Amino acid sequence: MSKLDLGRRRVLKTGAIAGAGLAMPTIFTAQSAAAYTNEPTGSSVVLGFNVPQTGPYADEGLDELRAYELAVEHLNGEGDGGMMNTFSSKALKGNGILGKKVEYVTGDTQTKSDAARASAKSMIEKDGAVMITGGSSSGVAVAVQALCQDAGVIFMAGLTHANDTTGKDKRANGFRHFFNSYMSGAALAPVLANQYGTDRNAYYLTADYNWGYTTEEAISSATEAMGWNTVQKVLTPLAATDFSSYIAPVLNSDADVLVLVHYGGNMVNSLTNAVQFGLRDRVVNGKNFEIVVPLYSELMARGAGKNIAGIFGSQNWDWKFQDEGSKAFVQSFGTKYGFPPSQAAHTCYVQTLLYADAVERAGTFNPCGVVEALEGFEFDGMGNGPTLYRAEDHQCFKDVVVVKGKENPENEFDLVEQVEITPVEQVTYAPDHPQFAGGSLGACNPGA
Amino acid sequence: MDAFILQILNGLDKGSAYALIALGLTLIFGTLGVVNFAHGALFMLGAFCAVVLSRILSIAHVTVDPTRTDFLGNPLKVSTPYVHEWFGPEAGQTLIEWSVPLAILFSIPIMVAVGFAMERGLIKYFYKRPHADQILVTFGLAIVLQEVIKYFFGANPIPTPAPDALVGSFDFGALLGFDPGTIIYPYWRLIYFMFAAAVIAAVFAFLQFTTFGMVVRAGMADRETVGLLGINIDRRFTIMFAIAACVAGMAGVMYTPINSPNYHMGMDFLVLSFVVVVVGGMGSLPGAVFAGFLLGVLESFASMPAITTVIPGINQVIIYLVAIVILLTRPRGLMGRKGVMEE
Amino acid sequence: MFGLSKADTRLFLIVIGLTLFAPFILNPFPEGSELAQFNAGYPDLMQRFLIFGIFAIGFNILFGLTGYLSFGHAAFLGVGSYAGVWMFKLLGMNVLPAILLSMLVAGLFSVLVGYISLRRSGIYFSILTLAFAQMSFSLAYSVLTPITGGETGLQLSANDPRIFGQSITDAGTIPVPSLFGLEMRDSFQLDVGAWLFTFNAGYYLCAVFMVLAFYLSIRIFRSPFGMMLRAVKSNQQRMTYTGLNPKPYTLAAFVISGMYAGLAGGLMVAMDPLAGAERMFWTASGEVVLMAILGGVGTLIGPVLGAGFIKYMENIVSKINDNILHQWFSFLPDGLEDVVVAIIYPFIGKGWHLTLGIMFMLVVIFLPGGLVEGGQRIGGWIGRRFGKGGSSAEAAAKPDAKSSPAE
Repeated sequence: MSKLDLGRRRVLKTGAIAGAGLAMPTIFTAQSAAAYTNEPTGSSVVLGFNVPQTGPYADEGLDELRAYELAVEHLNGEGDGGMMNTFSSKALKGNGILGKKVEYVTGDTQTKSDAARASAKSMIEKDGAVMITGGSSSGVAVAVQALCQDAGVIFMAGLTHANDTTGKDKRANGFRHFFNSYMSGAALAPVLANQYGTDRNAYYLTADYNWGYTTEEAISSATEAMGWNTVQKVLTPLAATDFSSYIAPVLNSDADVLVLVHYGGNMVNSLTNAVQFGLRDRVVNGKNFEIVVPLYSELMARGAGKNIAGIFGSQNWDWKFQDEGSKAFVQSFGTKYGFPPSQAAHTCYVQTLLYADAVERAGTFNPCGVVEALEGFEFDGMGNGPTLYRAEDHQCFKDVVVVKGKENPENEFDLVEQVEITPVEQVTYAPDHPQFAGGSLGACNPGA
Repeated sequence: MDAFILQILNGLDKGSAYALIALGLTLIFGTLGVVNFAHGALFMLGAFCAVVLSRILSIAHVTVDPTRTDFLGNPLKVSTPYVHEWFGPEAGQTLIEWSVPLAILFSIPIMVAVGFAMERGLIKYFYKRPHADQILVTFGLAIVLQEVIKYFFGANPIPTPAPDALVGSFDFGALLGFDPGTIIYPYWRLIYFMFAAAVIAAVFAFLQFTTFGMVVRAGMADRETVGLLGINIDRRFTIMFAIAACVAGMAGVMYTPINSPNYHMGMDFLVLSFVVVVVGGMGSLPGAVFAGFLLGVLESFASMPAITTVIPGINQVIIYLVAIVILLTRPRGLMGRKGVMEE
Repeated sequence: MFGLSKADTRLFLIVIGLTLFAPFILNPFPEGSELAQFNAGYPDLMQRFLIFGIFAIGFNILFGLTGYLSFGHAAFLGVGSYAGVWMFKLLGMNVLPAILLSMLVAGLFSVLVGYISLRRSGIYFSILTLAFAQMSFSLAYSVLTPITGGETGLQLSANDPRIFGQSITDAGTIPVPSLFGLEMRDSFQLDVGAWLFTFNAGYYLCAVFMVLAFYLSIRIFRSPFGMMLRAVKSNQQRMTYTGLNPKPYTLAAFVISGMYAGLAGGLMVAMDPLAGAERMFWTASGEVVLMAILGGVGTLIGPVLGAGFIKYMENIVSKINDNILHQWFSFLPDGLEDVVVAIIYPFIGKGWHLTLGIMFMLVVIFLPGGLVEGGQRIGGWIGRRFGKGGSSAEAAAKPDAKSSPAE
């Protein structure tokens, strides 16, 4: 926290009056000795895990929290080490970060940008957290990322899929491992064209907020490039629970594909309603009617039950991946908690390790050092194949998996099957791509 | 035209959920004079009766199959529901599938008990308290109920599908001479509508044609006089509270196949159902029902692409806009009584 | 003093003292101790206490005096915040114009909403205000995204014009809100042995506004205008018969309390320059109603206590996790430790809503007058025990609390 003379004198006075009433001796310290915000001085370092613990995304938040606890265990040298054994960088030694034991504080974002910022601020101001991570929506990610930039700590985004997080609203202190709307479109479109043909009429139901807008744009422009035609785009209120009145008009259009740009509870309900209206059994223009869900999540798939069978979507990661990193992670997560991790858990676990590794390589917790260490960092063994943290926008570039809801799931965690792993080249875009235009990283801010 | 008919159907269907909840709210309000912010939570509890029943029917005993392995490489645990063993796999599966309709029966005693306990244990002490206190205590209760459900069932929606026999949709188009496939409507939603109509009719008949109902109506109009006549009106009001809870609970059970239940579904309905009650007019049962259907139908029309492209965002605000217009033109809502909740 | 009665002066001085020394009072536990978890003396939360205190005081002027229960008050706070952020974006980072414009815009919006809604009374009024607030929220979240930032909230960016300031600082960061150069986040930390106290510039700015707001509220409560408002509550008809038109009085009260909400919104963005649409959602309006009832409707200090209580739960209890619990009870034998943790666990962290709900019920069941009544009972008990009149803040609020809670 910066210190201006005027401010200091003013509070000094108050402090002096207040201090006089207290038992002496009193020691006045100006904290300007610190080189950056919350420089860890003791034998431990505090990380802030800011996840939704109440509200509709609470279960996803809890899964993220499990992953964080596992990551902390591994960093401190407990447990089986998980992905630390497969990670291509070997800087982490299992003795904490830079020899300091990793401690953590948790908070509740409530999936509201205000509450998330309040929680993150308390972590920074009260608990001395040097890095904030987590979240389950782009609104929260963007809001907390901006806060961390101002406060001078690092933000490692959790589950956030909107382009804006590393586009229009990118910040130097913020990093995203999760994939984004553009990548979903680029990965899905060829698979859809391949499966359903290039002559399709698509109808969009889009959640009426930022993530919906960017995802709708990404999917429609990618599929239109394949020859698809967009019939109609309809925005649906976030608060909607019954989508029947949005589904019904689809019956009267000549659309033969319905794209549900919904997430969480919205997606569960809109998909359930669409299936109820018999859309899956329809034949339009001589083609089978199809439904597409751009962003899949395990918890949503579980909520929608049988309705997801055969429906295409994209994911950042799936626990059934067979690479060494994924297997190690699933093994240690499954052993600890008894069920496989979600993609939200994966991205949060990886982000924590990536942060710790960057600190270790930079030799300092100073955010500017960490930013430098992460920018342009190439790594492997974290479940998605060779990955690049691009310096221009702090977005990870890696393979994207296109999945399809399983017809006959064997158990409640076996929900989707992989259709295709889209290679990273196909989902890479220029940093100044129009869908990401309008923002700038600015300079890294170490605070203090 | 066909789009129009479809939206009327949708509106009636949405309206039935609103109307059922609003009916219960008005019953409680009209009889006991209590503003019940926990009514949405009762709806949610009903829905979870269906979840609980399907969980009970699916209780399984676990055997270890050493020939197969789970994702960690340990021997796979196979669970077989007891009902499969008792009634044979097919009959057992059918029983599990029919858990939602069965849950209606299951929910009635539970919801009556919950309603009874709530009224005797809590609401009773708040008759004479200001409405603000009633709001605070029932809101607190709603949060508690909700969080208890979240503790046991998580925050994620739980799929509770309708029986396979009732999945699918009915083709009105063919019936009315339109092209087949243009006006189709899911069976379960039609069932929901008819169920709502039946429950509403039953409540009205009960109040209109039974002595008990007559006394309750008299009590709603003038509680003190009825009390002075030596009638134990409190006891009857307790029963009315239980009935209202039961109506909300059954509405919740029947709603589960339409949208997978989650712990906050009650809060999602709460504010809307208050708007419905007030637009209908405080203390008026027909008003509540009528307003429920009216707002449902208007909401459906407002979400048609033809309308949202002309006035963007109208689907977001239609209910509130209509509420404002109605309340400004009709001071006590559509059918409200003078002097009720006006001070 | 200050034109207040003796009891009011005492209450006012106590409030001033509490706000001034809050950094000490709220940090009773030494840094690094197990109980430090319960310390609330960090800038963000202390600011929040005051800001929501202002919001609740304003709400109480309407609800406590006139009995009109607005269920859409958060809309004014939200509109005020948006206005404040726009000032930062267009003019510069000085907080005063932003706060003034927040109040002004919220005031204008409340004139509009109040003029329409006050045509009805009772629950019809409540639903009208609710409808306006919900419409504001829905539109701000969706179609008005270009003005409000939608889901993400309205935030500053390096491309903002800021005619009277810099778009971007020399260090390449977005400038932060300040009062003529005094940055709101400037803090001074005081180490006293094991204790660490933080004095924050933003907090003391909020404190100045809060003390003024509280003073104004006392004056309104004790003025002829306040008398009129009470008359509106007790019997509007009689008031009309005596030839008085209640409408201008209630509208004035509505607008005043709307401006209080706007002030709270302006201070919120001055402390943290981002305005999210959720602060206009009906739960936010409900929260201020709960704050007022929980603390004690119609009392001067009650709403502030209620606001503090709810914000404390939200920010402190939600952050306790099972890890911390295990640390606390690590002195117990292993088996017992697990049992104790398992019992407490549902009520903290992700279960903080449950604790909140239970507290609502307990308070309203056992303390019909809200927290203020709790304070009076304790004060009374101390008074009887030691044979002297209680001199606590609650006792000072006593004569006022007698005015029964409003409908």
